[in-house]
Amino acid sequence: MAIFNLNVNGNQHQVDVDPDTPILWVLRDELRLLGTKYGCGIGQCGACTIHIDGNASRSCSMQVSQVADKKITTIEGLSEEINHPVQNAWRTHDVPQCGYCQAGQMMSASALLSINPSPTDAEIETAMRGNICRCATYVRIHEAVKTASQNL
Amino acid sequence: MSIIATKHNRRSFLKVSTAAGGGIVLGFNWALTGCSPKDAAKIPAEWHKLNGFLKIASDGLITIMSPNPEVGQNIKTAIPMIVAEELDVDWNNVIVEQAPLNTDVFTRQVAGGSQSLRHGWTSLRTTGATARQMLVNAAAKKWNVDPASLTTSDGVISGNGNSISYGDIASEASRLEVPEEVALKDPKDFKIIGTSRGNVDIEEIIAGKPLFGLDTYEEGMQYAVALRPPAFGLKLKSFDDSESRKVNGVNDVIQFGNKIAVLANSTWAAIKGQKALKAEWEEDSKLESTAYHNEELIKLLNTKADEPRRKDGNVEAQFTRADKIVEKIYEAPFLPHCPLEPMNFFANVTAEKAELKGPIQTPERTRKQVAEVLGRPESEVFIDLTRMGGGFGRRLYGDFVVESAQISELAKTPVKLVFTREDDMTAGTYRPSSKYRFKAALKDGKMTAYQLVGAGTNIGNATREDNFPASAMEHYLVESHNMSSNITTGAWRAPITNFLAYAEQAFLDEVAEELGIDPVQFRLDLFEQAKSNPTGELKYDVDKSIGVIKLAAEKGNWGKAKDGVSQGFSSYYSHNTYVAEIAEVRMDGNTPKVTKVVCAIDCGIVVNPVSAINQVQGGIVDGIGHAMYGNFSFANGQPQMSNFDGFRLIRHGEHPPTIEVHFVKNTSDPTGLGEPSLPPSGGAVANAMYKATGVRLYKQPFVQGEINIG
Ligand code: FES
Ligand code: FES
Repeated sequence: MAIFNLNVNGNQHQVDVDPDTPILWVLRDELRLLGTKYGCGIGQCGACTIHIDGNASRSCSMQVSQVADKKITTIEGLSEEINHPVQNAWRTHDVPQCGYCQAGQMMSASALLSINPSPTDAEIETAMRGNICRCATYVRIHEAVKTASQNL
Repeated sequence: MSIIATKHNRRSFLKVSTAAGGGIVLGFNWALTGCSPKDAAKIPAEWHKLNGFLKIASDGLITIMSPNPEVGQNIKTAIPMIVAEELDVDWNNVIVEQAPLNTDVFTRQVAGGSQSLRHGWTSLRTTGATARQMLVNAAAKKWNVDPASLTTSDGVISGNGNSISYGDIASEASRLEVPEEVALKDPKDFKIIGTSRGNVDIEEIIAGKPLFGLDTYEEGMQYAVALRPPAFGLKLKSFDDSESRKVNGVNDVIQFGNKIAVLANSTWAAIKGQKALKAEWEEDSKLESTAYHNEELIKLLNTKADEPRRKDGNVEAQFTRADKIVEKIYEAPFLPHCPLEPMNFFANVTAEKAELKGPIQTPERTRKQVAEVLGRPESEVFIDLTRMGGGFGRRLYGDFVVESAQISELAKTPVKLVFTREDDMTAGTYRPSSKYRFKAALKDGKMTAYQLVGAGTNIGNATREDNFPASAMEHYLVESHNMSSNITTGAWRAPITNFLAYAEQAFLDEVAEELGIDPVQFRLDLFEQAKSNPTGELKYDVDKSIGVIKLAAEKGNWGKAKDGVSQGFSSYYSHNTYVAEIAEVRMDGNTPKVTKVVCAIDCGIVVNPVSAINQVQGGIVDGIGHAMYGNFSFANGQPQMSNFDGFRLIRHGEHPPTIEVHFVKNTSDPTGLGEPSLPPSGGAVANAMYKATGVRLYKQPFVQGEINIG
C-alpha cells in the first residue's frame, strides 16, 4: 500500500492503496465517485472515461501511481449545475436508454469539443468510436454531440 | 370514454387496490427510497396514499410508483405517464419512484418479452382513474353535490362554482371506499400519453449519480469476485488459495459448490485475489466445441422430425412437381448478452432475513430461487431493484443473485458480488446457436410450397410455425429439432426471431428474385393470399402486416434508390407488433456501408414517442451489429471470446447515420416495443448488401474479424 495525493474535480484527496490499482477503482471504491463506470477493464468500452489534464482517458487502464499530481475530472466534475453543453444536449435529445455508458460518452464528447469545437461527422465518429453503447443509442449520441458543439 | 369495473380482473387490479384507503403516510423518506423530487424545497411532510401505486401530497405533488424493473426500456417513465393520464394531473408535478419487489401490491414485476405495457395498459389506467374518482367523490361529498357534476384538469377538481386541488382533498379521499367502477378516458382526450416526455432519471444519469446495481455501497459490505469453471463440462477438483490470501485487502476465500469466491475490501483486491487462485478442474460432462455443435445441428436439419410443428397441404407433392427448388441453409452462432453493466448483486443474509439489492429483470422468480437455495421461506427474502445497465435477456436469469446470497450466507457478511467482464462473458447464458433449412418449390411463376426445418442448442421450438408465410401457402411444413447441450442458453433480445426473421426474410428475397418478382410485391401478394383464402389457422393480422409494408415502401422510396444506393427489404411480426424495414447500403471502396434504415412499425398507441423512437433505433442497430459482427465460439467447452477485444460489438460510426421511424397511427392498445424492431433489421441489411455486392449472406456474422464480405 502507498499514499497518493489526487486532484479530482478540483479537490485534493489522499488515498492509501496499492500502486497498481486502476484509477477507476480508486474513484469508485475509495472516493465513492460512482459516475465513472466499469465495463471491460481493458480499455475497450469507454464506460470508464475521465479527463486527465483535459484529455479523455480510460481510467480502467491507468494505475493510480500514473495519475498522482495530474488534474482528474470525472462526470461529477464536468459542471456544477449539470449544465455543461454536452449534458444539456444529452438532456435535450433524451439520449440514454439504460444510461450506463452515458457518463463515459459525455466525457469523451466533452474532451473532443474542448480541442475541436466544430467536429465533422467523421471526426465525431473517430473520437466516439472507443465508447460502446450496448443499447445502441449512437444516432442520438451523434446528434447530441453536434448540438453541444453549436452551444459551446 | 369507457366504463371499467375496478375489480373486473382480480389478478391484475384487486391487488393494487387492497392498499387503497390506507390512510396517511407520514414522514415519507426520500433518501431511503431513492426517488427524485423535481424541487427539493417543496418536499412535503405529509403524503396521502390512495393506493399502492400513488401518493398525493397536500401541496399537490404526486408520487407514482413504477413497479417494473428498469432495464433501459424506459418503463419507469412510461408506466407513470399512463397512471398520470387517467389521474388527470400535470406531469410536472409527478415524482416517480422505483418500487421494490412487492407481490402483495403489484403483479408481473418483470422486464421481458416487451410485455410490460401490453399487460399493464388497462390496469394502470384503471389505477389512475380510480384514484381520480376517489378524489372527485371526496370533493362531491365535501360540497354535497353529485360527483358527475364535477370535472378534473391538471390536478384540480371543479364544478358548481367550486374548485379544489387534489392535494387539498387527498386526505379525505384516502379514507373513501374504492369505487366499484370508473370511467377511462377516450384516447382522443389523452394529454400525456402520446406526447414526448423525457426520461425521469435523466438528471441523475447525466450527473453521474449512483443508480445502478454496481453503484451499491452498504455499510460493512465486502466485495466478492468469484472463480467459476473455465469451461462448460468441468467441475472443481481442488484449489490452492495461498497466493490469493496474500493479496492486500483480501479477507477470505470460500468455496461454494463448484465455485470459489474471494472476499476483499475493494473490487480491485477481489479481482487480484481471483486471478491469484490456482484451481484444478476435472471433466464432468462432455467438453463441447463449435465444430461439434455445427455438425450435430446439420445432422438434425437432415433428420425427419417425429411431429411437424405445422403442416398444411402436401409439400412433398409440390416439390416433385416443381419447375425449380430453392433450398438454403442459414447459420448463427451462440451470442453472449453483454449488457454494459456486468452482472452484480448485493446480498446480506442474516439469521433473520436475506436482503438483496441489484439489477434483475425477474425479481419474483429470483426470490423463489434464492429462498430455495437458502432453504428459507420466501417471506424472509427481500429484493430491492436498482436501475439496470442493460439486460437483453441476461438478467432474466437469477444465477448471480443466488450466488451473492450463497456467498453472503457462507461468509456471514454483506457482500456485493461483481462479475468482471471476463466472468460475465464466459459464465454466461447464451443465445442458442441455431441453423435453419428453407426449401421452396417454384412453379409457373409462383411459390407453390414452403418448408422450414430449424435446429438449435437447447432451443426448444426453433421456429414460429404460425408466423407468415403460414396461411399464405397452401402447402406448408415446419419442423423443429432440439439439440441438448451443457452450455447454458436462454432468452436473448427477441428470442428465436432475432435470427429466424433474418433467415426467413433473406430467403424470401432470394425466392422473389428467382421468380422475377419485386420482393415487396412478392410479400404483398402472399399476404393478400392469406387474407382472401387463408390456409389453416391464421394467427396474425394481415391488414397490419400489409399496412407496415406499404408505409415502409412509401417512406423509404422503395424502388427509387439514388445512384450508388442499394435497398433491401424485410418485414416481421413479433411481440404482437408489426414491423417493416428498408435498409440502404452504399459501397465504400470494397466495403458495404449501411447508410440508412427506414422503419414502419405498428405497436398500437405509442405512449412516449421520444423514448419509443430510441427503442426502435436501438433495436435496429443492435440487430445489424450482431448480424455483422457478433461471433462467439467454444473449444472444449471453453468460450473463445472473453472481452470486447475478442467479441466485437457495433461501434459509433458503424451504425446507420440515419434511422427513420414511422409509427402507424392507431388507437389499439400498446404492444411490444423493446424487441420487435430487431428481428427484421439483419434481413433488410443482408438483402441490401446482396444488391450492392452480388453476394448472398447465409451465415452470421457477416464480418469475421476485420475481413469484409465480398
Ligand atoms: S472499463 Fe475502461 S474501457 Fe471499458
Ligand atoms: S445507454 Fe445503455 S449502454 Fe448506452
